[in-house]
Amino acid sequence: MASNTDRARPLPDPAAEELIERFGRGNLRALARVITLVENEAPGYRRLLARLYRKTGRAKKIGITGATGAGKSTLVDELTKRLVSKGRSVGIVAVDPTSPFTGGALLGDRVRMQDVGLLKDVYIRSMASRGSLGGLAQATREVSIVLDAFGKDFVLIESVGVGQVALDIAEIVDTTVVVLVPESGDSVQAMKAGLMEIADIFVINKADLVGADRLEMELEGHLELQRQRDGWEYPVIKTQARSGQGIDELLEQIGRQEEYLARTGYLEKKRMDLVRAEVLQLLSETVTRKVQQRLEERGDLDAAVADILKGRQNPYQVVDQLLEHVEGAESNG
Amino acid sequence: MDKKIRVLIAKPGLDGHDRGAKIVASALRDAGMEVIYTGLRQTPEMIVSAAVQEDVDVIGISILSGAHMTIFSRVLALLKEQGAEQEVVVCGGGIIPTEDRTKLEDMGIKGLFGPGTTTGEIVEFIRGAAAEKD
Amino acid sequence: MADSSDRDIRKADQEYRREVAAKQSQRKTTFDTISGEPLDILYTPLHLKDFDYLARLGFPGQYPYTRGVRDNMYRGRLWTMRQFAGFGTAADTNRRFKYLLEHGQTGLSTAFDMPTLMGYDSDHEFAQGEVGRCGVAIDSLEDMEILFDGIPLDQVSTSMTINAPAAILLALYIAVGEKQGVPPEKLRGTLQNDILKEYIAQKEWIFPPKPHMKLITDIMEYCAEHVPKWNTISISGYHIREAGSTAVQELAFTLADGFAYVEAGIEAGMDVDTFAPRLSFFFNAHMDFFEEIAKYRAARRIWSQAMREKYKAKNPLSWLMRFHTQTAGCSLTAQQPENNIMRTAFEALGAVLGGTQSLHTNSFDEALCLPTERAVQVALRTQQVIAHETGVANVIDPLGGSYFVEALTDRMQQGAEDYFDRIEQIGGVIAGIEKGFFQREIAAASSAYQKSVEQEQRYVVGVNRYQKEGEKVEIELLKIDPAIEKAQHERLRALRARRHDRAVTGALKGLQQTARKNDNLMPGILEAVRAYATLGEICDALREVYGEYREPPIF
Repeated sequence: MASNTDRARPLPDPAAEELIERFGRGNLRALARVITLVENEAPGYRRLLARLYRKTGRAKKIGITGATGAGKSTLVDELTKRLVSKGRSVGIVAVDPTSPFTGGALLGDRVRMQDVGLLKDVYIRSMASRGSLGGLAQATREVSIVLDAFGKDFVLIESVGVGQVALDIAEIVDTTVVVLVPESGDSVQAMKAGLMEIADIFVINKADLVGADRLEMELEGHLELQRQRDGWEYPVIKTQARSGQGIDELLEQIGRQEEYLARTGYLEKKRMDLVRAEVLQLLSETVTRKVQQRLEERGDLDAAVADILKGRQNPYQVVDQLLEHVEGAESNG
Repeated sequence: MDKKIRVLIAKPGLDGHDRGAKIVASALRDAGMEVIYTGLRQTPEMIVSAAVQEDVDVIGISILSGAHMTIFSRVLALLKEQGAEQEVVVCGGGIIPTEDRTKLEDMGIKGLFGPGTTTGEIVEFIRGAAAEKD
Repeated sequence: MADSSDRDIRKADQEYRREVAAKQSQRKTTFDTISGEPLDILYTPLHLKDFDYLARLGFPGQYPYTRGVRDNMYRGRLWTMRQFAGFGTAADTNRRFKYLLEHGQTGLSTAFDMPTLMGYDSDHEFAQGEVGRCGVAIDSLEDMEILFDGIPLDQVSTSMTINAPAAILLALYIAVGEKQGVPPEKLRGTLQNDILKEYIAQKEWIFPPKPHMKLITDIMEYCAEHVPKWNTISISGYHIREAGSTAVQELAFTLADGFAYVEAGIEAGMDVDTFAPRLSFFFNAHMDFFEEIAKYRAARRIWSQAMREKYKAKNPLSWLMRFHTQTAGCSLTAQQPENNIMRTAFEALGAVLGGTQSLHTNSFDEALCLPTERAVQVALRTQQVIAHETGVANVIDPLGGSYFVEALTDRMQQGAEDYFDRIEQIGGVIAGIEKGFFQREIAAASSAYQKSVEQEQRYVVGVNRYQKEGEKVEIELLKIDPAIEKAQHERLRALRARRHDRAVTGALKGLQQTARKNDNLMPGILEAVRAYATLGEICDALREVYGEYREPPIF
């Protein structure tokens, strides 16, 4: 029985309705346009996302992360080719950092995926990390919602895995693949804490290089405990993405990890965690925005900053007071 | 959230001289734009497909081999096929003789940048063209 | 006596500098070369402390060849005036060749169109709009025969600017010689055939590095035995410079590539002296006059030292570096194109004072289009004026001994050696290519130069200084007839109908087998070429075996 929220509430802008309609029919330009609107947080984008949300839940989301030069894009390229040959449709999101100084970005991952770029069932989107209020996780999550709603079977999110970006992506995908290369100092000691924790599958790419076996051994050693504890084997796969070696094995393991999640109920738990994180994220973003808006409207923020600079107050006091203001204002309507 | 200008920089055909394309791409990044660089050996089909997927505001084509008439007209035709010709500004750089320039401008190529153009001029043009679209 | 003279000079030098600094009236805050090398205000004997003449300079035609590779240099024979030419059909280029030979050019240099450079036939999908545009279209032996019609191959030396499919062009040239009755031993010329710089700068490759390197060592081996007068590689810095590198980078990366080829030849089992004498080089002649001269002199010295000491070559011919020079295309402007005549003249003068063996001077309209006949003539005359009117060819290495030039030569050598160390640390040239080392260095240098021009720290006359208000470009441009592409398609079709399919297929299959067995490919390519297999067909056959290369994008 359809509830009120189920029934599609028409968007205020007729152009937006037309866009959704074309999107529903599988029009690529409409897909690209919706992603742009979501990325730019254009007015009404949340309602757009709300509309699309009920069509989600089908796509398998895989995060592929690792240092620059590890061969992630080539790996994604090969993976995609295999998936397409099995009749699947794939959406790829390639994330590159925005320059903190200029606000611009050079998005060069697409170049490495030339083979699949023209395939009918493949959609590639380059995203800059941008530094939005919600952080990269939120933006990428929203783009993957769109791709999921569009009907993609797989959403592959590729990013450079140093620190926060990798953790962000891991928050929103079902499977995280971490790609390492031998001889670039990628030994386990060098790996930032966090990458070990988030990886569901490890890939040693360019496995023909010297050091591959040693890296494999080191990894295996470190994974002992995790394996026993979790009952998941955290496979270490050797690949040579350029020649396609190891890709079938990777696909297989991705499938097995999905089964593992379903079988152990971790999938449920993971999905719950993901949704929880999503809601909290959204909440925090929304609240912060609202509060900021309020404060800016009333000039309270500027006054407070002036106070702090003059030494009359400290930031902690200020925040307490401002919150009181806001709460007070709220209850007064 | 400030709307970012998204630009596709493309090297069509067999020409491998990408010094100019890379300089322009870097300059646009420095000017706060998001630049998708397609790499070498692009066909017009690949260029337009990428432009549509990435929902770019501008396509910048770097062409030095002399095949500009063929390439530009094909790109425009493909954009039209996709219904995107109003939404994407096509401009280009390289060696384009004066008389071909006029023909290209008539076809709808809004900006043609010859030798000696500064990156500043290109940034200005793109900012202007993107603003006009809105 | 020498001691006190030194002290006197030092004292006078310090006084001089104090006075100059006190005046504080400099045109600019820093003075450096176009590549960014800082320049002192004045060079004196103090800059050349402990300068060992025999070790650093020596004599022309003798190790370490700093002053020149022939003992009588231009007194014996002037440099070869070799103007690059090629456009349209083989017949068009044949006519331009004859025009240039009639006007006093002494060697042929061939430019090929993009599809030919990349190993595609004129009727391939990628060839659309490109046939005959930036060079001559060669699809088969038929085209090659027309290209050299009426030009006896035993009387000219021909340089072919071709890289990825170079082996095939060489085979075509040999086959034309056969038809003319000229045996391969008599053929003289050069193949550019420098694939490493393609990965670094020009980006005209087909296969991945390993198979391309094999093709190169195959050519080296084949020519050592059958075409002994042929220069197998023209190890190039020109393109690296055009991509935006500094002079030191041009020097270092070119020589590093050269060393890589030497090592490949040795690894393929050849004695270094069998192939090294036939390696030649190709440099850029850019605007900073003295920096370029120092570059060439440093190049000769570095190469000879390495060949003798490191690679243990015994034949002096292996030690000496011969090179061709082309004036810098990237220095030409579209604005006030007549200024390019002067630019080219100064650059050419630098190359001559640097001791080049052959020289191409750019035409003044080349920033716009392929050169017209008139512009090509001016370019050729530039060389002839230098040769016969300026007197600079009357004395060998006239700048030798200049405090500045010797100090700068040493500085360039030092800079190059620093790069050699870094390249070695990375694991060699091919490792460097795959890691994007060279590409990054070049991109940084080219960005820096662009910024310096836009911020007016560097002037380019007519572009950011002394511009002409409302300038209109009025040059007669060379137009390529688009009907050429159609005509070429037709001829290909006719050729394919005429020739013996079985011979072609047999030759191509045989070639693939040879490739898989890792044997020398030249005989197989020759057979295919004689059977009128097309360039594209031969390359496709090899593409099937070797695959195609995809480059990592580097900014």
